[in-house]
Amino acid sequence: MAFSDAVPKTIKQGTLGGRSLSARQGRIGSNWTVLVLFLPPALLLFTLFVVIPILQAGWYSFFDWNGYGRPDHFVGMRNYLLLLKQHAFRTALTNNVLIIVVSLVVQLPLALWLATLLAQRIRGAVAFRMIFFLPYVLAEIAAGMIWRFVYDGDYGLVASLAHGLGFQSVYLLADRNLAMYAIIVVIVWKYFGFHMMLYIAGLQSIDRSYYEAAEIDGATRGQMFRRITLPLLKPTIVLTVFFSVIGSMQLFDLIMPMTRGGPSDSTQTMVTYLYSYGITRMRIGFGSAVGVTLFLICVIFAFGYKKAFMRNE
Amino acid sequence: MSSVNTSRRPFNLRPIYVYGVLILMAGIVLIPLVATALGGFKSVGELRTDPFGLPRHWNFDAYGQILASGRYWQMQLNSLIIACMTVVLTLAVASMAAFVFAQVKFFGSEFLLSYFLLGLMFPAATAILPLFIKIRDLGLLDTYWGVALPQVAFGLGMSILLFRNFFKQIPEELLDAALMDGCSYIRFFWSITLPLSRPILATVGIVTFVTSWNNYLLPLILLNSESKYPWPLGIMLYQGEYTSAWNMILAFVTLTILPTIIVFFAAQKHIVAGLTSGAVKG
Repeated sequence: MAFSDAVPKTIKQGTLGGRSLSARQGRIGSNWTVLVLFLPPALLLFTLFVVIPILQAGWYSFFDWNGYGRPDHFVGMRNYLLLLKQHAFRTALTNNVLIIVVSLVVQLPLALWLATLLAQRIRGAVAFRMIFFLPYVLAEIAAGMIWRFVYDGDYGLVASLAHGLGFQSVYLLADRNLAMYAIIVVIVWKYFGFHMMLYIAGLQSIDRSYYEAAEIDGATRGQMFRRITLPLLKPTIVLTVFFSVIGSMQLFDLIMPMTRGGPSDSTQTMVTYLYSYGITRMRIGFGSAVGVTLFLICVIFAFGYKKAFMRNE
Repeated sequence: MSSVNTSRRPFNLRPIYVYGVLILMAGIVLIPLVATALGGFKSVGELRTDPFGLPRHWNFDAYGQILASGRYWQMQLNSLIIACMTVVLTLAVASMAAFVFAQVKFFGSEFLLSYFLLGLMFPAATAILPLFIKIRDLGLLDTYWGVALPQVAFGLGMSILLFRNFFKQIPEELLDAALMDGCSYIRFFWSITLPLSRPILATVGIVTFVTSWNNYLLPLILLNSESKYPWPLGIMLYQGEYTSAWNMILAFVTLTILPTIIVFFAAQKHIVAGLTSGAVKG
């Protein structure tokens, strides 16, 4: 990685090499001071605000509790059964799957396509990269707000496009059947630049000589892409798929300014569902059950995926 | 991709195809942003008839009114305070932990590292309700620290990973020699590791800052009073109050994302490196 350039050359050469053998072994006795001083702050923060809350979510999910007093109304698996029966939850799950599918079928190929164009030495490549990456840096809330305007049936860009083409006003975000697709467009708009950057980094690490050799052998662009680029880019592709899936599971901020999960729950995702049905109603037990479900889906996916595709990393 | 084969055609069509695609995509990315910024200069009536074009009369009222209001500045200040707390604490805590993982050999090191990396696998939202209870019981509800501390905790996995990968590149011989000469680990960290680590400190710092600056869910759950709201919460309130005064909302959105855009172009190298390389190493 580029960071290595920052370590001064003289240090890199290892001028002090010969003496190193026993230095550390001799100091093992004094390791504990640094361990005792340096590790606990991180351990404490992480355990207190990440790990314990997750364990507690597992515990609370078996109770019917509004957050005051102690949880004492044990309900067993009822919260989970309730969850599975709820239509809105199934919509949320379906939407998450839909987002993942569109990411894989539209967003990642688009990102890869643009990356192949921009990884070459062409004029303006850096400027285009920055432009495409810009939406990723913007806050989801701001991006959602901007697209709420774009989609607005009275004022928005889509409305004026529709008028220009002689159509009636469309209220995309108020339409139960269209709102989710409108949101997915925004998701692609917001995140394709991130994946494109990863692909560019991956493409630039491929040795040029493969392409030169292929060119001499008379390979076409398509052949080179299939036989050289794709196989060598596989680790990056594996990674971007992982981020697409985990990212979709977290989707919340972007949806809030646009639809808040509506109309009639048609644009709920796992997290907006958790928010609307658990947090705003202070149903700690039920909300925790949603959280635990989300956690299990993510962790099982992450471990399974890592085992299947990322064995070497 | 393969439809245009440059080498066998008399006219080279490839540049036209490449730039055509790039300019089209750039348009799709930029038009909503530009329309937002320009929308703040228009009247509501003009927005209705012509949301795309340049304003007929440049109307500075919306921008002026927002910049003159204490509310806008209060929101920015709140965001800034929370982000600074988060950045300082993250840099200190994560770099120390990462130093131990990179340079000190001890029993259980691998296990502890994967404990932290577990945090990369699931969204912060999963434990948000128990977190709310915890922050409430600690008496931190509706305080800046109540938001900053969980933000630090959730960012630790990525920050430790970035720091550790960087610290690993500092040659072992350097540490061994220093230890031989009676230097302590802590002094080595302070006077060798940290000064060599400015690029990674900048990268982690900026990434943490941007993440905190843009965060919505945690402050939404953990803050109650409007006077403490960071801008993503404030902007949602604002939108609720001015439902269809789109020119005001657009001006507000523009002014709130402006700092992000400026920081982005000023520090793009660090931002891109941080947001993507952290990913690659994960």
